[in-house]
Amino acid sequence: MTDTPLLKVSGVSKFYGSRIGCKDVSFELWPGEVLAIVGESGSGKTTLLNCLSTRLMPTAGSVEYRMRDGNFRDLYHMSEAERRFLMRTDWGFVHQNPADGLRMTVSAGANVGERLMAVGDRHYGKIRETASDWLTRVEIGTDRIDDQPRAFSGGMRQRLQIARNLVTGPRLVFMDEPTGGLDVSVQARLLDLVRGLVNDLGLSAIVVTHDLAVARLLSHRMMVMKDGHVIEHGLTDRVLDDPREPYTQLLVSSILQV
Amino acid sequence: MATPLVVSEVFKSFTMHLRDGIKLPVVNDVNFSVASGECVVLGGPSGIGKSSILKMLYGNYAVDAGQILVDHKDRIVDIARADPRTVLDVRRHTLGYVSQFLRTVPRVSALDVVAEPLVARGIAAPEARDKAAELLAKLNLPQELWTLPPATFSGGEQQRVNIARGFITSHRILLLDEPTASLDAINRRVVVEMIADKKREGVALLGIFHDEEVREAVADRVLDVSQFSPRKAVAA
Repeated sequence: MTDTPLLKVSGVSKFYGSRIGCKDVSFELWPGEVLAIVGESGSGKTTLLNCLSTRLMPTAGSVEYRMRDGNFRDLYHMSEAERRFLMRTDWGFVHQNPADGLRMTVSAGANVGERLMAVGDRHYGKIRETASDWLTRVEIGTDRIDDQPRAFSGGMRQRLQIARNLVTGPRLVFMDEPTGGLDVSVQARLLDLVRGLVNDLGLSAIVVTHDLAVARLLSHRMMVMKDGHVIEHGLTDRVLDDPREPYTQLLVSSILQV
Repeated sequence: MATPLVVSEVFKSFTMHLRDGIKLPVVNDVNFSVASGECVVLGGPSGIGKSSILKMLYGNYAVDAGQILVDHKDRIVDIARADPRTVLDVRRHTLGYVSQFLRTVPRVSALDVVAEPLVARGIAAPEARDKAAELLAKLNLPQELWTLPPATFSGGEQQRVNIARGFITSHRILLLDEPTASLDAINRRVVVEMIADKKREGVALLGIFHDEEVREAVADRVLDVSQFSPRKAVAA
């Protein structure tokens, strides 16, 4: 067990005027740990994810990230350029809609290669080789490397988005409803893929989902949000098998059995 | 070396908020310990709280009060109060659990399901798979099933995968929730032998066995869980 967290979040709040987006959220994320944030639509989970990933400036609180040199930096005291560089190299962000995370009119290979060029790779042959390797890892045939994601199915697009994010070897990946728009057979394949990659690469991840089965399969730890507040927090199987809060019990008892 | 597992004054109830907040007491004032090389069997009728006790020890259920002390990497960890990260580390290295049912993951082969706890401890995948194959062979799981995901296996086949997964590591404490329930006589005997091996290695075992023959063969003592049942007090 390493004894330094990767991310330290303290007292993060976001208000939209007088409305609460999320309020007073604090936690630490450790290397190799997958945290699921669950709750219904409007509970503040996406607001929180955006505040953590510098996509949205919180009203109050701080988010500190341990850089590769071992020093903690407050994300909101960095320059815009530094934040962007972090987003492109050390972090990944997997959007619910792959079109938000991909460039739809450039080839699959270029979508993956672009992130490599952002970290300074210039050798075309090498970039193409790495891109093709990553397409294989996310189970996309290498004969599709020159096709645009426009020509891909929803599941393939999502897998391509994952490849694009992981190619630079990020240490932290944010995922917003990664299986949201996919049908169930495609979901199972994607989840299994993500689970395998997270284990193999030792990634830390924060996954926002309203699907408790996704949380069960992917995460170690879970936070339940309601009306912008974290109402329950603990080991994933503990929260799901022995939910303590009324709202968590409602969520768990609402799962359909097949 | 400290006693591997000590349970002290543990209370557990469920509050059903969706049912007008009724409180269902499960167990009161649970006290016991399990020594190294000992197999303690939880006894008593169904619904008395045996599985709940195992789940509390594994950190699956929260407890209302009391301590669950585990000797983990030469320090004592209280599972009842430990943070999720510590509980996961305890599960990875010290505390194993064979559940009644296997939770299958799509597309992962039986061999990899069994090897996973070793891989999680940093052992190389080929070596872990060899060990997994050895255990599956010992439990008479047909070799043609090894590369298939266990979702479509029969109850007895899934249970053997589950047992192999639980026994593959050298955890110092092993919790067993009816590991022999859906096994035939031959495989029950294999499991009894595997438990005997674990005892010789100094593992502390705590289990639920409804099968009397198995219980007789493995138990060093039977702990009657009805003594902790709040219902007993009501009935009296």
